[in-house]
Parts: sequence; C-alpha cells; structure tokens
Amino acid sequence: MSRPGRLAWTALLVGATAVTLCFLTLPVAAIFVDAGPGDLLKSLGDPVAVDALQLSLQVTAAAVAVILVAGTPAAWLLATRDFPGKALATTLIELPLILPPAAAGIGLLAALGPQGLIGPALEDIGIELPLTTAGVVVALVFVSSPFYIRQAQAAFGDLDRSMMDASRTLGASEARTFARVAIPLALPSLATGIALAWGRALGEFGATLMFAGSFRGVTQTAPLAIFERFATDFDAALALSAVLVAVSAALLLVIKLLAGRGARMHALA
Amino acid sequence: MLSLEAQTPLRPFALDVALTVERGCLAITGPSGAGKSTILRICAGLMRPAQGRVSSNGEVWLDTERGTWRDPEERSCGYVFQEYALFPHLTAWQNVAYGIPGGSRRERRSAAESLLERFGLREATEAKPGALSGGERQRVAVARALARRPQVLLLDEPLAALDTRTSAAAAAELAAALRDAGVPALLVTHDFAHAAQLGTEVAVIDRGCLLQRGTATELAASPASAFVADLAGATVLAGEARPGDRGLTRVALDGGGTVVSTDRFQGRTGASVFPWEVTLEPADAPDHGSAQNSLRATVASITPVANRVRVGLTTPQPLAAEVSESALHRLGLRVGMQVQARWKATATRLTPL
Repeated sequence: MSRPGRLAWTALLVGATAVTLCFLTLPVAAIFVDAGPGDLLKSLGDPVAVDALQLSLQVTAAAVAVILVAGTPAAWLLATRDFPGKALATTLIELPLILPPAAAGIGLLAALGPQGLIGPALEDIGIELPLTTAGVVVALVFVSSPFYIRQAQAAFGDLDRSMMDASRTLGASEARTFARVAIPLALPSLATGIALAWGRALGEFGATLMFAGSFRGVTQTAPLAIFERFATDFDAALALSAVLVAVSAALLLVIKLLAGRGARMHALA
Repeated sequence: MLSLEAQTPLRPFALDVALTVERGCLAITGPSGAGKSTILRICAGLMRPAQGRVSSNGEVWLDTERGTWRDPEERSCGYVFQEYALFPHLTAWQNVAYGIPGGSRRERRSAAESLLERFGLREATEAKPGALSGGERQRVAVARALARRPQVLLLDEPLAALDTRTSAAAAAELAAALRDAGVPALLVTHDFAHAAQLGTEVAVIDRGCLLQRGTATELAASPASAFVADLAGATVLAGEARPGDRGLTRVALDGGGTVVSTDRFQGRTGASVFPWEVTLEPADAPDHGSAQNSLRATVASITPVANRVRVGLTTPQPLAAEVSESALHRLGLRVGMQVQARWKATATRLTPL
C-alpha cells in the first residue's frame, strides 16, 4: 500500500473508533454531567431508591447463584460430550439472548402464571412466582443465564483435553476432575461469564415488569424504580440512573479484576 | 504383565495390534499418525476401541466381547503425556500428590516431596510448572505418573518437547527411572534412536499395524522391510534383485548402478546400508580392498552431527555416509565433488520394498 493509502486507512480506523467510543459513552457521560454529586447523595437518601437498589443487589445475586449452580454443569456437559440433539440444545439455551424482553415476560406468564402451563401445579405445592420477589429472580435467571452458559461452554471447550485425561489416569473420577482441574483452569473465563450475566441481570427491565410487576420493596428493582420516576421526576430518575451505573460498573470491575488476577496467576503458573 | 489387543478404525486406516509386555519397556516407534498414541490411549481407557482386550496382571480392564470396561481412574496406569499435561494451577508437589491415594495432606505432601527429591527436584517442589524448565517439567511428569505406584507405565513422546541437548540427559535419566520402576512400560516415540535407548525392545508400527518387534540391534541388523530399515537409520536404495555369482545377489538399482549383497532375494527390493558402513574415496582411487560395492556419487550436502559429519550423496539415488571430521578434511570434501562410495556386500540388507 502506498504511503498516502496507508495514512488514509489509519485515519479511517482511528475515526471509526473515535465515533464508536463517543456514541457509546455519550449517554453514560450525560447522566453524570446532568446529575451532580449533590443529586446522587440526595438520591441515596431517598428510601424508595435505597429499597430498589438493595432489592436489585439481592435478586441479581440470587439469580447469579442459581445460574452458577445449574449452568456450570450444563455447560460442562455441552462442552465435553457428544450426543444427538446437542446443537439443538445449545441453540435452545441461547434463545433468550434474542428474545424481546416483552416476549420473555409474556412467555414466563404463559408458563408459570396462574393460568399458565405449570403455574397451577406450582401453586398447588405452594410456590407462587408472579408478582413476588422469587418471580423477579426467575425472570432474571431466564434472561441472563445464556450469557454465562455460552461463555462457560466455550471456556470448558477450550481447555486442554490432556489435562482432563491426566487427572483421570491419576485416579480422579470425572466429577473430581471437573472440580479440581476444569473449574480452576476455566476460572478467568467463567468470571467473565458471571460478569456478563450479572450485568444483564442488573439492567433487566421488560421481563421483570411483565412477570413480577413493580412493587416497592418486593419486585421494584432499580431499573423499574428509574422508570417509575421518569414519569414524574426526571432529575430523580437521572440521579438513580447514575447510582445504578456506578454500582454496575463497580461490580463488573471487581469481577474483571478478580478474573484478571486469576488469569495472571495462570500465566505465571 | 500387560497384554493389549485392539482393532479400531482410524482415518485413513485401521489400527490392528496385539502386544504383550512382560517386563521392561517396549518402545513403539513409527511415523506420526501411525496410531502409536492411540495404543496408549486404549490401554489407559481414554479411548474405547471397536474391538479389543486389555489386561494387566490378570485384571481385565477392557474386553469388548464380554462388555468389560474400567474407567481410566480404575486402571492402574501411570501416563506421561506428550506435553506433560502438568496442572498449571498446582505446584510441583501438588501435581505429584494429586495421584497419591488416601492419607492426610501432610503425608501426601511428604510422599510427593520425597519422590521429587529422587528425581533431583528438591528445590522445585513449590514451583508451578510455568516456572520450571522443560527437563524439570518432564521429571515432574514422570514422578507424577509413578506416584500412584501403577501396574503399567505409559509414555507418549516423553522427549519430544525437549531441545536436543536437554533430551540427551533426560533420556539417560528416563532410562534409569524406567529400570527402577520395575513395571512393564509402553513408550511411544517417532525417533528410532530414542526407542533404541529407552526400550528393552522396539516395535515398529506403520499405518496401524506392528511391522516388526525385537531388540534395537536385531531390528537394525535384520530389518523385516525397507520401512523398518529406513526408520532404523539406513539408506534404502530401490532396485531389482536377481541371483549373481558365488551365492551373492546382484541388485540393479533404479536410475543406474549395481550393488551386491550376501542376502538372498529375488525381485523388487530395497537394498539398505547404514551410513557408518559407507566409506568415501576420491573418484579416481584404485578399486581394491574387501568392499564389493562401489558407486560413483556426487556430494549433495555436508552436515555435522555431533562429532561426525553426515555426507548426503547422489548416486543418482540418495545415499548417506558418515565420516569423521578428519576424513572430511583429508578428502577435501565439498558439495558438488565426485567421489566413490564403497561398502561391503555383508553390510547390505535386502528387504521387500
């Protein structure tokens, strides 16, 4: 490539990156520019906002725990075994990724609602999900588990098979190999999966609103509280948004840092 | 005693082997993709063959006819993997202790450390594999494989990941470790020299089939086929054999030239000779002495190998000679020069091609 050609190409790359960065950070930056530090503090003093944030942290933590417990072995199975219908199973697990949140909410109601597929059966054994905190967790698990499972499946698939084989020949069962070799080796990637799923859960809005409603202290997570205030008090909505962004960013940063530390330990290892 | 038979399709051929190892180390050698590692994987239970039987000391680990199958963790195999497969998140002693059954953490640690000490790795017990040299990693891998006191040792290219200098020392240590272990071992290597050094016996495999088995000396002295001769390091010249004078066989070489051999053979053949049997003389040297084979050759390459020099020749078929460095200077050998390559009829093996 000639020198002017090379320069033009570099200018194109730099320009595209600059435009992308601006576009993606502008709304986030605007939240913090418009909501001063005073507004943020005032928002933290508002019991409705505090309730919403607290609930958000609780339900997302519960959802991530459920996803980890059920999703990790499922991802291992999908990554290590061949069986008929594997491609279909993988696709079904990824389906919620492309489902519109509103459709996800309707789907959850149709399945678990009072008139739903298995809702009445659950009610008979005393489990009521719609309009409850547990319902919020169900909605969060539904929309965010694919983010983790996809990542975990790829992580397990990328592991060096000979490590697993070595563990087996050293007397470890497959379950022990999974716990003592596969999980530690895949940890950095699994952490990324957790961060992605947690981030998605923190921002979840549509499915939660439709399936669980927006009741303060019960089902009103931070995004729902923001939406409720948006109708009456834009500044308060803005302040709460800023807090949610900060909390999410801090949470993801911590997970990323831990994962990075894990990865560095592996690099040294 | 280990005994293994297996038939299983591998692309693009089928593996079909039967072998037993009573004691010592059987080194299986052959080109990449011949099915060498597959034999080890079947033995350890990491792969299930279409048909087969594996037993060790009377315990049946696999019998496809009777539907017997033991998982890898239920077979007593110490396995040294090609790139060692050490666990990167565990220290050297933790890697070794991983395979030690039962006992408290402290007992397992001291057992692991004393094993590492036996392999000269006393200083390295706390190091993670990433901080160890290639040779150290290999020793940790062997120590780890022995930690369970296995009935059988399986080694997949244990020297391939090492550089030439390290591998010479490592091979000597490994040979000693194999003797000390006192259990039947199966070792896989693509390098005949390593097979000869580490195996009490050598088996040659190609395209899924064992071609010949014997001591390295037997294989080199009387290869069953041109393939085995070539693998053992001989140069193979293709030609047509027919009976000649005084009980000798004359071989008309493809592309011109004739060689004689004391072996009896008729038809298409590979005439093989080891490079150290071939002497080089100036092109105009008078023909006397006991060497009956003399081919006019052009020097194509000169490569130092340790304290010798390997000379590649075109006769027109390629031939190799190994000479000392002083001989190289005395003859004034250089690429493109014409020489006479001579060797004895008794050093010429005839095998089916």
